[in-house]
Amino acid sequence: MATSPAQSEVNWGEVEKSEDFTTLKNEHRSFVLPLSAAFLIWYFAYVLLAAYLPKFMATPVFGFVNMGLILGFGQFITTWAITMWYVSRANKVHDPLAKKVYEQIENGDHK
Amino acid sequence: MSRFLTEATATAPAAAVIKVDSVLNISIFGVFVLVTLFIVLRASRSNKTAADYYTGGRSFSGPQNGFAISGDYLSAASFLGIAGAIAVNGYDGFMYSIGFLVAWLVALLLVAELMRNTGKFTMADVLAFRLKQRPVRTAAAVNTLVVSFFYLLAQMAGAGGLVALLLGISDKGQQAVVIAIVGLLMIIYVLIGGMKGTTWVQIVKAVMLIGGALVMTIWTLGHFGFSLNGLLDGAVNASAHPEIAATATTPAVPASDGLSILAPGLKYGANPLDFISLALALVLGTAGLPHVLTRFYTVPSAREARRSVVWSIWLIGIFYVFTLVLGYGANALVGKSVILAQPGGVNSAAPLLALELGGPWLLGIISAVAFATILAVVAGLTMTASTSFAHDVYASVIKRGNASQTDEVRVARITVVVIGVVAIIGGIVANGQNIAFLVALAFAVAASANLPTIIFSLYWKRFTTQGAVWSMVGGLISAIVLIVFSPAVSGGAKSMFPLPVDFHWFPLENPGIVSIPLGFLLGYLGSILSKEKEDAGKASEMTVRAYTGYGAEAASSH
Repeated sequence: MATSPAQSEVNWGEVEKSEDFTTLKNEHRSFVLPLSAAFLIWYFAYVLLAAYLPKFMATPVFGFVNMGLILGFGQFITTWAITMWYVSRANKVHDPLAKKVYEQIENGDHK
Repeated sequence: MSRFLTEATATAPAAAVIKVDSVLNISIFGVFVLVTLFIVLRASRSNKTAADYYTGGRSFSGPQNGFAISGDYLSAASFLGIAGAIAVNGYDGFMYSIGFLVAWLVALLLVAELMRNTGKFTMADVLAFRLKQRPVRTAAAVNTLVVSFFYLLAQMAGAGGLVALLLGISDKGQQAVVIAIVGLLMIIYVLIGGMKGTTWVQIVKAVMLIGGALVMTIWTLGHFGFSLNGLLDGAVNASAHPEIAATATTPAVPASDGLSILAPGLKYGANPLDFISLALALVLGTAGLPHVLTRFYTVPSAREARRSVVWSIWLIGIFYVFTLVLGYGANALVGKSVILAQPGGVNSAAPLLALELGGPWLLGIISAVAFATILAVVAGLTMTASTSFAHDVYASVIKRGNASQTDEVRVARITVVVIGVVAIIGGIVANGQNIAFLVALAFAVAASANLPTIIFSLYWKRFTTQGAVWSMVGGLISAIVLIVFSPAVSGGAKSMFPLPVDFHWFPLENPGIVSIPLGFLLGYLGSILSKEKEDAGKASEMTVRAYTGYGAEAASSH
């Protein structure tokens, strides 16, 4: 750690343009931005159904369990599933890329 | 018919107000206070630097912080409010919890890790990172204080209602004493324990709250042969035949109407646009709540911040599943009309269910959990607000970065006392008023005034100081103005100023559908219309640090 450059010595613009950093940033954004759009669309589809088609939500599926409860629990399930998907992706793909760039800065590659 | 409610119903058939064992309830709460005070005292031993006081030395693990986030987020409104809303309005109550949960994906995917890597103590640290310090930091600090204060006031005023319900105190003067005690305890916790003590109070509270809800959920399901269908059947039946659960004078409702509690529409059926507006604020507000954001600074790295959000998403989600069972369970086993006849109204559903299931002891424990909930949430809010005042307003704006750490923490502690006193006075004044809209307002301001600037700062290179200021100021003012002239404040039967006072012109109770797009639009317009150039080097530094964690604040080493 003693040899790693101070923050004022790092050429941040150069790091930002480097190939490894660009890969890291693109990997992250191309994963989280479409996924965020998807869960927001799914959530508002649910909200619009609940607000304007309560009759559809009241359709019985089995016993007293109706469409509304199925879709509501569906929101829970997708939230948990997206969480675990993101975490495994972040651990496997984002973290190693971030570590690589971090070490380059620490080694003084971008002074 | 319940064994504890029978007597009361026999003597007062119109309004069956239950008798509570206030000595037992206070004793159980007293034990909680002693245990947490002990933990806070132990935790305070290592409070040396500003980082220790503001962030607990960034030494909490992901799972610990996950519990603390849940303890911070699951307010009395989530517990008593949502269970009660489901008991009375059925499915519409459930829709709140879905918004509150899905919102965490915004925090996980877009905000938590990048903020952890670029900030130090406050939300403003991130927003002002690459823009002009003074205007951006001032606006961010004002928004932090406003959001925290609205939220705090709602919690403190709620404490008054809870006292009436759980301790059987209906005298306003005695309720004021209890509000003052809650406020004083909160001040003591935060002053002594700082962020470390506050975090431990939240962890203990989260374990109690989720554990208590789990026990009640299993117990409730046991009444229906552990069948979800049986539970729903019971709730539908009780709603269709309210005369069985309540007073003999209630006219019978046609059996088919019982099913309406399983579908949307009982609360928002008349005004679906209002619900959409609320849903926007719920799902986009969470990741802009300053007291949620500062929790990411209490862990040593972005990776731990990620783990904490994962833990909190599981804990919060599971808790909301419990509240669904508790809400429908209270409807089936206690009955809507009995719930609504209590002094706490809708909020009494979960406590009444506890009484019905486990008698006075379970009610006592659940009451203590409810008080612990208020205490932990107000402690977290006060911590965040005082940190922002000391670090952003005092040290950065007034002293221009030339204040010593000791001075900064001293100012933070004084601010804690000031905020605590204001909260006590505000809570006493607002006690009994209908100010439930304040929580929704806090979410609306967070979504309209904070989230656009957070997202633009992290993801849009051309974002400028002017864009940030327009967005933060415009989002804040539009959300507040719209709610002041909404039916939540005047012109309705349940307004803060009920009819005949009427100065409303905005048709919805929730401003989000207008103010959130406005906040984003102003951020965009302010940026593309800027004449001044921002510091490109700072922008590069922020992006690199956000993604790599280089130069991020580390955990303190003791």
